[in-house]
Amino acid sequence: MLKNLTLAAGVIFFGFAHAETAPPVMLPPAAMTMEGARHALERLSFGPRPGEIEQVHEMGVNRWIAQQLDPNAIPESPALQTALAALPNLTRSDAELYRQEARLRQDKSDEGKSEHQAFNKALADDMATAHLDRALMSNRQLQEVLTNFWFNHFNVFLGKGFDHVWVGNYENEAIRPYVLGRFRYLLEATARHPAMLFYLDNWQNTAPGSRAARGREEGLNENYARELMELHTLGVDGGYSQQDVTELARILTGWGLRTRPERGPYGFVRQPDFTFAFDPNRHDYGDKRFLGYTIKGDSKGWPEIEQALSILAAHPATAKHLSFQLAQYFVADNPPPALVERMAKTWMQSQGDLAAVMRTMIESPEFWRPENEGNKYKTPFEYVVSALRAGNVAPTDPHPLFGELRQLGQPIYGIETPDGYKQVESAWLNPDAMARRLSFATALGTGHLGKDSVFFDEASVRSTLGEKLLPQTDKALAAADPRLRTALLLGSPDFMYR
Amino acid sequence: MNRRRFLLAASAAFALPFGRSGWLLRAAESESGQRRLVVIFLRGAVDGLSVVAPYGDDDYYAARRSIALRPPGREDGLLALDGHFGLHPALQPLMGYWQNGSLGFVQACGSPDPTRSHFDAQLYMENGTPGRGATSEGWLNRLLATLPGPHEPTQALSFGPQMPRILAGPQPVANIALGPAAEKPLAIDRPGVNEAFAQLYGGDDKMSQAFKQSSQARQQMQADMAAPVMDEKEQMAANNGAPLPDGFPGDAARLGHMMRQDPSIRVAFMALGGWDTHVSQGNAQGQLAGRLKPLGEGLSKLVTSLGPAFRDTLIIVMSEFGRTVHENGNGGTDHGHGNVMWLLGGTVMGGKVHGTWPGLAADRLYQQRDLAVTSDFRGVIGSAVTRHLRLPEGAAAALFPGASIGGGAPVLVRA
Repeated sequence: MLKNLTLAAGVIFFGFAHAETAPPVMLPPAAMTMEGARHALERLSFGPRPGEIEQVHEMGVNRWIAQQLDPNAIPESPALQTALAALPNLTRSDAELYRQEARLRQDKSDEGKSEHQAFNKALADDMATAHLDRALMSNRQLQEVLTNFWFNHFNVFLGKGFDHVWVGNYENEAIRPYVLGRFRYLLEATARHPAMLFYLDNWQNTAPGSRAARGREEGLNENYARELMELHTLGVDGGYSQQDVTELARILTGWGLRTRPERGPYGFVRQPDFTFAFDPNRHDYGDKRFLGYTIKGDSKGWPEIEQALSILAAHPATAKHLSFQLAQYFVADNPPPALVERMAKTWMQSQGDLAAVMRTMIESPEFWRPENEGNKYKTPFEYVVSALRAGNVAPTDPHPLFGELRQLGQPIYGIETPDGYKQVESAWLNPDAMARRLSFATALGTGHLGKDSVFFDEASVRSTLGEKLLPQTDKALAAADPRLRTALLLGSPDFMYR
Repeated sequence: MNRRRFLLAASAAFALPFGRSGWLLRAAESESGQRRLVVIFLRGAVDGLSVVAPYGDDDYYAARRSIALRPPGREDGLLALDGHFGLHPALQPLMGYWQNGSLGFVQACGSPDPTRSHFDAQLYMENGTPGRGATSEGWLNRLLATLPGPHEPTQALSFGPQMPRILAGPQPVANIALGPAAEKPLAIDRPGVNEAFAQLYGGDDKMSQAFKQSSQARQQMQADMAAPVMDEKEQMAANNGAPLPDGFPGDAARLGHMMRQDPSIRVAFMALGGWDTHVSQGNAQGQLAGRLKPLGEGLSKLVTSLGPAFRDTLIIVMSEFGRTVHENGNGGTDHGHGNVMWLLGGTVMGGKVHGTWPGLAADRLYQQRDLAVTSDFRGVIGSAVTRHLRLPEGAAAALFPGASIGGGAPVLVRA
């Protein structure tokens, strides 16, 4: 059974409280048209719902974008709030989730094992459901698109060790609050989250010969240090050496998790809960030479790490690397170099203010050029979510969609490698993808989603595709069995690109 | 789904005549000794020093206090290969192929590029131009262009929902799902649905090409899967009422079966992840052993299901780089350089660890930490593949532009 979301559920919020704090968004004339409204929704949301193109056009594309750049001022959809309220695991802290997991895994009885399994399944379901529901229903669409982007950029994997209890918490606490703030804070939040510390092994990174290492087989682990530079900040061509990787690994020693009981005053003992902690006994206190800077061994240890993160966040290579990635996601697989350069300049001038970088991109003529419209092949997640949005349908049972995403190669939180999912056409457009997407379109268009019935209205779906369809789409529609027309729309080339 | 249900579905889906591309015709062709190639890519950098371990080097034991494998003959020890190297005990299912000479290795093989980035190193091994990321085609796709026609959509088969870089390029390539889902009919297999979308995707654009390739490949594949295997014993084993198991052994068996049925499949590719063992790698037991076991079982399944076609098949197992010679602080290994390449097949000059072993002494290591590369992967693959597929002189240069693959490359397969 599926429910149709009512348009009354606050699709567009007209008033906004912080208009005076941010300068208005200045767009070229082409952006202020109906097609401009559609392009904005294709890129800055997970795809238009029926009626949205008209609404955004009416209120002014620039005003809608200004709102989206200030998500906290947009009231959230009541339907989404209701859906999220039904997922109690969502708001629990990383420590609480870890403690429950640790307690359950100790019980080796059959009963204990099945309780443990049930907990893990419910947790995985809740997290993926929330992720999907937000993409489908949130009024803060740009924030959700960016949450998806930055999660993928700072990817962690559900399947690695304890990360299955933390991925949802990581998204909610380390990613979403920071996607339109300063990059330095986003970097810090990911660096301190147990999901990242566990995923890239830094919780075990220990100075050889340090107090904690004595008598144990412990020492340096350079996994996080390398990916922190290669993927998270500078980029592989960012001008660092193997020496810099090793030095950064030394700097990062001790940056980890609370894995041992801690004694407090009055005989109080804090049990290990795998929350973030700096362990001074694991740290390397020697001087380091990192990216040309001398980092003095500090008596406290952790300030070196803050210093290294600041160096990385403020580095011109980081500005360039991440401007490129944003432009590749939002503008074109091969983004215009001049645009990337201007975004990187804004990055440096604004000290990594991600909202300012987004604004430079959105206000650019390149963003609105006809050749950059409808040129981004949707990833499986974008394809599935945009299809449901075009039908204004939200699933009561998300499992068939999870299965579909798995088959299409993009399960939620399911990519093992730290580079995340690819965001370009060459990764996703292939024969098997065509067969599966068209089969999914056929199921939806003929009223099926898993065992549920669903109703996709042809005219509504058509209204999200703009004024003109491609000639081959028109031709195929004219020749088709009327029962397949909605399926054809959802499977059309017009719909495969955003 | 069980085989019977699949047969029903497949026959319902494909009432169309197969014509020239019918599998019956192809099955007859399979006697022709058509040479084929399978590439298995271990993403994440497998620890080659644990796959083919140099137990004859004292430096090996000095560098790896907790993760080194014991010499052959000891409890949980290596499987003896040649007196210096031993095979990881989890790869026991492959020992028969070593003994009959169809499994060989090239130690200290790798890329001339120094990168320790997984993603760059994989890119270079797939596009075949180390140091040059901009090459958008993969060397397997360039290889397809050098093969004699006709170039059918099923000439190359990739497993998994994403098309890997190694197969990217103008030559048509089909991909199919991993696991039993590969055999499951989809809505698009229904003639009415297929025809409706064929109207939409009848052009020459990328999507239309992908659509046509997918339609043809799905027909062929489902016919291949539905066809009975020739060997009666094998058929009984295969039928047994159960679907193929999940994971690599199942996919490998599926691949072998399809290649045996369908000689139009000249090249196949599959990638396996989970080799990035920075922490608690283990030795005879543990994380790495747990990955190698299904790999060994799967390769063995691939060989058996290929049946007589194994004679004409070369299977290459490769990985983007090796791992540090010294274990790190967490019972794991970090990103390194040289690795081992595996060659398995009827034409392989096996039973031998090929290549020049640089040793593990401190002054022999690459950048004082890694196994040095003494065989360029382009030379190894270039010479093996061109000989195996009986390609004209100079074909290797087309696969790996810019590489100097001279007569000096080791001879690893019989022509």
